[in-house]
Amino acid sequence: MNTNRPWWRLDGFYIYAVLYLTFIYLPVLFLPLFSFNDSKYIAFPLKGFTLKWYEAMINNPPMLSALMNSIKIGLVVAILSTIFGLLAAKAVTRYRMPGRGPVVGFIMIPLVIPEIILGISLLILLNLADIPLSLLTVGFAHLLLCVPFSMLVLVSRMEGFDKSMEEAGLDLGENAWMTFWRVTFPIVLPGIIASLLLTFTISFDEFVLAFFLSSIDQTLPVYIWSSLRFPSKLPSTLALGATIFMASFIVVTFAEWVRRGGVRLDSTSGI
Amino acid sequence: MNNAVTLSETRLKLRKLFLKSEPVRGYTLLSPTLLAMIFGLAMPLVVLFTLSFWLQEYLDFIRTFSLANYLEFFQKPIYVKVLLKSIRISGMVTIATVLLAYPMAYFIAFRVKSNKLIWLILITVPFWTSYLLRVFAWKIMLGYNGVINSGLKSLGFLTEPLAFLLYNPTSVVITLAHAWAAFAILPIYVSLEKIDRSLLEAGRDLGESAWMTFLRVTLPLSLPGVIAASLLVFIPTVGDYVTPSLVGGPRGIMIGNLIQSMFGQSQNWPMGAAISVMSMFTVAAMIGLFLWGTHSYRKRVA
Repeated sequence: MNTNRPWWRLDGFYIYAVLYLTFIYLPVLFLPLFSFNDSKYIAFPLKGFTLKWYEAMINNPPMLSALMNSIKIGLVVAILSTIFGLLAAKAVTRYRMPGRGPVVGFIMIPLVIPEIILGISLLILLNLADIPLSLLTVGFAHLLLCVPFSMLVLVSRMEGFDKSMEEAGLDLGENAWMTFWRVTFPIVLPGIIASLLLTFTISFDEFVLAFFLSSIDQTLPVYIWSSLRFPSKLPSTLALGATIFMASFIVVTFAEWVRRGGVRLDSTSGI
Repeated sequence: MNNAVTLSETRLKLRKLFLKSEPVRGYTLLSPTLLAMIFGLAMPLVVLFTLSFWLQEYLDFIRTFSLANYLEFFQKPIYVKVLLKSIRISGMVTIATVLLAYPMAYFIAFRVKSNKLIWLILITVPFWTSYLLRVFAWKIMLGYNGVINSGLKSLGFLTEPLAFLLYNPTSVVITLAHAWAAFAILPIYVSLEKIDRSLLEAGRDLGESAWMTFLRVTLPLSLPGVIAASLLVFIPTVGDYVTPSLVGGPRGIMIGNLIQSMFGQSQNWPMGAAISVMSMFTVAAMIGLFLWGTHSYRKRVA
C-alpha cells in the first residue's frame, strides 16, 4: 500500500471523503445560518444579520425550563444507568453464571425494538397502573434505553483487562470493596466516562419516549418538536440548537485536550 | 443464647455461600438492572401483547379476549401496506447508508495514517445537533424556498421552484440516510481496523489483484461490522416517527405514524398495540432472515 503518499496527494478516496463530509455537514450548517437571519421564515433569500433570536432565546422561560429539565434528566439517567451498567458488566464478565446469555439478551432488548414500541408499551402499563405521567416516567424510560448502551461500553472495557490484577488485590489482603475501588475502578474509569457521556447524550437528545411519557413538564426535544410547528418560535430554537452545538464542541475539544495532556482515555471506548 | 449462636452461624453460612457461589454473587450484582428491566421492559411488553387482544370502548377497554384487532389489521389494506412500505423505506435507507459509509470507513481505516481520531470526530460532529433539528434541516434543503430550489433558481436552471423534492418517500430515505450516517461508519470502521494487515499483504503476495484481495479478504472480514451497521440503522428507522412526520407528507407515512395516531387522534389503544405487535414480529422475522442470509454467505466465502 502507498505508505509514502503525502496526505495532500488526492486520490479517489480523498475526494470521496470530502464529498461525504459535505453531505453530512451541509444540511446541518444551514441551521446556525438561519439563527442569524433577520426573518422569522426559514427560507431563502436571506434577509440580514441579526442577533435578536439569541436575545429571544434568553428571554424564553418555557424553552429554558425545558432545557433545564433535559439536563437534569440527562445527568440523573447518566449516573444511574452507568451504575446499573457497571454492576451488570461486572457480574457478567467476572462470575460464571447459569443463564448468562439469555439474561444479557433480555437486558439488550431495548436496543432491538423500535423506540415508539417501547414508549407506547410503557404508556399502557403506566395507564393501567394509574401512575401519572411526569418527568420521572420520562427518566425511567431513558434509564431503560441507556442501561444496555452503558453495559455494552463497560463490558468491552472489563473484558479488556486482566482478571488476575483483581485477584492480586484480593490476595494482598484487600477486601472486595477496596479491590474494586483501588484496582478495578481506575482501570475501568475511561469506560465509565465514555458511558456517562454516551448515556447523557442519548437521554438529552431522546424525543419519542419523552413525547409519549411526559405531561406538562417538557424536555427540550419535546419543546423543539412543538416549536417546529409554530414558525414564530422556530428561529430562537435554531439559536438554542447552535448554542448547544458550540457548547458541546467546546466540551469535546476540551476533553480531547485533557486526553492528550496525559489523562489517557481509550479512544475506542469513547466511540 | 443458643438462639444467638445459631443465628450468627446461619449468617456466617449465608456469607460463606455468598462468597463461594459465583452465580449468587453474579445475580446479586445484576439484580438492580434486572429488576428495572423486568418492571420497565418485560411487564410493559406483556401488557402490550395483552392489550392487543382487547377492544376500545370510548375511554375504556373491553377486557375480554378478541382477535378483532388482528382481523382488522389483515382486512383493511392500509396497515399491511404501510408496514411493507416502512420496511421498504428502511431497507433502502440501510442499503444507502451502508454503501455510502463503507468507502469512508475504509478510507479512515486504511488510508489515513495519522490523526484517525480527528477524522472520527469530524464525522460525529454533525450528530451533536438535535436529531429533530437534523431532520428539520432537510426541510430547509428540499423545501419550496429551500437551499436546492433557491440555488438552482439563482443559477438560472429553474424559473419555478420544484415542489416534488419534499414530502415523498424519497425525501424520507435521504433524510434518514443522513441522520443515521455515523451509526453505519463507526461499526464498519472498527471491523476494518481489526483486520490483520499481514493478511492483506499475503493476498497481494500470492498474486491477487487489489480488487480481488478486497473481495476475498477485506470484505468478508469486515462483514461483522457491516451486519452491525445494517441492524443499527434498520431497526430504529423502521419505527421512526419524526422523519416521516416532518418530511414524508401523506405519501411518506410509515408504521410509526399509524401507531402514534392510534394513541393520539384515533384513540384506539388496543389497535395500536396490535399494530405494534405485528410490526415487532415482522421486523424480528426480517432480521432473522438477514442474519441467516449473511451467515450462509460467510460460510460460503470462508
